Amino acid sequence: MYGNDFGPPEPAGVTAAGPADLGGEDDATFLALIDADARVEPRDQMPGAYRASLIRQIAQHAHSEIIGMQPEGNWIGRAPSLKRKAILLAKVQDEAGHGLYLYAAAETLGVDRSELLDKLHSGRQKYSSIFNYPTLTWADMGAIGWLVDGAAIVNQVPITRCSYGPYARAMVRICKEESFHQRQGFEILHTLSNGTSAQQAMAQDAVDRWWWPSLMMFGPPDDASPNSERSMRWGIKRFSNDELRQRFVDMTVPQSQALGLTLPDPELSLDESAGHWRTGPIDFRELFEVIGGNGPCNAARLAHRRAAHERGQWVRDAAAAFAAKHATDAQGAA
Amino acid sequence: MSAAAATAGEWPLWEVFVRSRRGLSHAHVGSLHAPDAEMALRNARDLYTRRQEGVSIWVVPAAAITASSPDEKDAFFDPAADKVYRHPTFYAVPDGVEHL
Repeated sequence: MYGNDFGPPEPAGVTAAGPADLGGEDDATFLALIDADARVEPRDQMPGAYRASLIRQIAQHAHSEIIGMQPEGNWIGRAPSLKRKAILLAKVQDEAGHGLYLYAAAETLGVDRSELLDKLHSGRQKYSSIFNYPTLTWADMGAIGWLVDGAAIVNQVPITRCSYGPYARAMVRICKEESFHQRQGFEILHTLSNGTSAQQAMAQDAVDRWWWPSLMMFGPPDDASPNSERSMRWGIKRFSNDELRQRFVDMTVPQSQALGLTLPDPELSLDESAGHWRTGPIDFRELFEVIGGNGPCNAARLAHRRAAHERGQWVRDAAAAFAAKHATDAQGAA
Repeated sequence: MSAAAATAGEWPLWEVFVRSRRGLSHAHVGSLHAPDAEMALRNARDLYTRRQEGVSIWVVPAAAITASSPDEKDAFFDPAADKVYRHPTFYAVPDGVEHL
């Protein structure tokens, strides 16, 4: 679904270092590779801070994918038809897959998956704050697909050209799969907004609740985004938070008109000379409150993830025991 | 890829190769963890071919792969660098000669 690279910095000494990392950040060979728009591959020399920054961002992105299964998993049992249920199951399965592509990409940087999961479970690494909002009605499945996955696509498409090869390649797969997510969400809202007045109201309510948090998915404004400049220099990030947010707004406003739903911003207006839709001010205090752990669902999401991991322990143990037994049998036979 | 590794906290890493359709080679698509080869194949099917992306899958223990070192990149591939005569474009062809 989506990952963003902002939030509190990690405490020192928690990220893996490669065997031959460069101390400085301005190594000529490395920067020449970046300047040539070539890709950095796992066993290349790279600045330690580049490696650490990528591990943090990819891990946070992976965590977002698997935590992102929860708000939608909440509605699988209550989807209004078999078709919608099959679609939602496929979508949630995709989110699991996206998490796995990304964990695998992070591992190429020399970090263990179990270490990343530990950090998620202990709250030392973050996931996207958007998943700390509850999914109250079926229309939220529509709003998440249309707005949250829509914002994710805008954010993720440039990462297909990220300077780190494995991350870029994982993102190509993810972006291909993500477009179905957005369309199915739009279709849910379109169906509701053409339905009974109660269904229309439900669709409008969901859009009212998800619009502002979706805009915040792009992170703080550019003048308050300390890591951005370095990430741009290193080809990890290709566009600024505000540029991507504007792209999303311009893309989404006409879609809201096609849906016959309003966006909850009285100041939203078309700047005709610039050709852009301008929103009213975004209250970023809310974003930082939610990142800081005070969103509506922070505790529930983490508790559920930890419980799922603990309840799966016997499956992992059984599979490992089975593999070990057969490895022994094979040795005996040989 | 020992049994001991499989019983430790982390399952071994497998590299996954998928033949997208008949007539093409298997190509590397990514990696995954699994306790044994059979589970690695099943996980690879679920992870990398949810949309009919493949007709055949190979899984290879990542530890079994021997790779050239990036450090010796230049020296290792140097022998090919000064042999331009291995390419057809090296040779001059008189005007008007076709099918050559």
